[in-house]
Amino acid sequence: MAKIKTEPLTGKIRVPSIEPGATAHYRANPAKPEHNEALGFPGEKIANWEVKAIEKMGEILDTNRAFRVYMDICVRCGACADKCHYFLGTKDPNNMPVARQELIRKVYRRYFTIGGKYFPEQADACDLTEDVLDEWYNYFHQCSQCRRCSVYCPYGIDTAEVSMVARDIMDSIGVGQKYCNEILGKVLNEGNNLGLAKNALANTLEFFEEDVEEETGVAVKYPMDMKGADVLLIPPSADFFSSPHVDGFIGYGKVFHEAGVSWTVSSYASEFANFGMFIGDNETMKKVAMRIREAALELGVKRIVVGECGHAWRVAYSFWNTLIGPFDFLDPKYKTPTHMCEFTLDLINRGAIKIDKSANDDLVVTFHDSCNVARGSGMGNKPGGQFDVPRDVIKAVCNNFVEMDEETIREVTFCCGGGGGLLTDELLDLRVKGASPRAEALHDVMERKGVNTMAMICAICKAQFTKVLPNYGIGMDMVASVHQLVSNAVVLGGKKGV
Amino acid sequence: MAFELAGVTYETDEDGYLMDLDQWNNDVAKYLAEEEEVEMSEAHWEVVNFLREYYDEYKIAPMIRILTKAIGKKLGKDKGNTKYLYELYPGGPAKQACKIAGLPKPTGCV
Repeated sequence: MAKIKTEPLTGKIRVPSIEPGATAHYRANPAKPEHNEALGFPGEKIANWEVKAIEKMGEILDTNRAFRVYMDICVRCGACADKCHYFLGTKDPNNMPVARQELIRKVYRRYFTIGGKYFPEQADACDLTEDVLDEWYNYFHQCSQCRRCSVYCPYGIDTAEVSMVARDIMDSIGVGQKYCNEILGKVLNEGNNLGLAKNALANTLEFFEEDVEEETGVAVKYPMDMKGADVLLIPPSADFFSSPHVDGFIGYGKVFHEAGVSWTVSSYASEFANFGMFIGDNETMKKVAMRIREAALELGVKRIVVGECGHAWRVAYSFWNTLIGPFDFLDPKYKTPTHMCEFTLDLINRGAIKIDKSANDDLVVTFHDSCNVARGSGMGNKPGGQFDVPRDVIKAVCNNFVEMDEETIREVTFCCGGGGGLLTDELLDLRVKGASPRAEALHDVMERKGVNTMAMICAICKAQFTKVLPNYGIGMDMVASVHQLVSNAVVLGGKKGV
Repeated sequence: MAFELAGVTYETDEDGYLMDLDQWNNDVAKYLAEEEEVEMSEAHWEVVNFLREYYDEYKIAPMIRILTKAIGKKLGKDKGNTKYLYELYPGGPAKQACKIAGLPKPTGCV
């Protein structure tokens, strides 16, 4: 495989000189008719697509007031211009958030403002042409909807929302993206993004049991479809498949075992991820999430705990209640949803599980905040808990923890470069370049503090970094699940549990 | 997309993954390996054969740890790890080895 050329890391993030059109040709694979149709979209670009796209935009303007405000309120001040990891990495000025949004705003002005209707040139407005649609497709699939730019916008424009609307309009005229739409078809059919059938899931879970028992001598269970379990665990399905995701999943099982809490995964809802958000389609997002409610009812659990998945935590924390709530059938003693990090931290704080921190003494750990957790959710009981809870878990199981530069963490964290439905091979060049700000910040603490492990709580981040960091000369073993660190340190047979 | 080998046409998806699994044979694997700049040794074949066996039963590629463990059993414990698999298949065992084995590309956050 050809290695993608990267600049040597310096530990500093610099704003580059622009190169217009540098990534104009980056194009996500288009969805096939069957991928679009499975979600209720036209299979192929429809004949009167221009008219229908504008109609769709009109509908969204009427129902989504935030979108209308975002279209009207931008003054093109440029505060966002140098905040996007894709702009910093690709130098393409259309990857400045303000410019990316102008691609849709100029069409909005043409059809929905008086100035644009009658004096398009003066209003800087343009028709929705084939070329403009192509630009939409290419550049709205170079936005990972991470919302870092929104933090710096003086008007609070949510750029992710704008990208979601653009994708929603394109889907409605049959111009879908393969990666997202194919995967959404699989989750609606098979219960997970991987297309992992029930027998394969059972085989995978049995393997975990054998593997953990072989390694530790303790029979930790990884149950499936166990009716009457207290906890339904919903992990991202990558936790059943990829490294280091699986190491985190093994950790969840050890925590439940030590706590003495009965738990199960569901073969019907074996996926936390919900790409319905990435394509801006609420109906699909609801259908995907609904499987989780149905599984919880069917299994008769008391609570739902979710695994390490960034965007899905945003969907669960911010949208579940209105999408698939109310959760009055669950035990009201517990918060719904509960993040695995909250669950583990609570046990540690109460002394219900025993930890041997020295098990991680060979590691110097830093934490990568995942964008949707950082800027789209909360965690625990205090403001900023989404930053502190995972860090508190890490600090409770590791002796050596250091932070990366403060301009690159917590609320202003940089995206891994693969979020928002862009974690696909044909966009690898973009993904490598988009990871450069994080790679720089990581390199800095590797040099100054000897960091050898970057932990995170997002399946996309884990897959993206293991793939792209080697392009910067950083090994994939740098990437760790937070519950992998827990897994290393939890003492099996150490406590009586809750 | 498609390629031709000994007069037979093989359809692939846009990433070069074989569309029809039943069309797979050793020559196809060798061709796909060449395209990936992978030279097939006995160890490479072990991985490919295991992937196909697993796929036959479960209709999906195995999780990487199942693969590493199986390879460790066949080729020696020192080789039952992710690092060794990446040495064999630098493009990743899940994606590159699946492609050569004629399996569809795993989807999701992998």
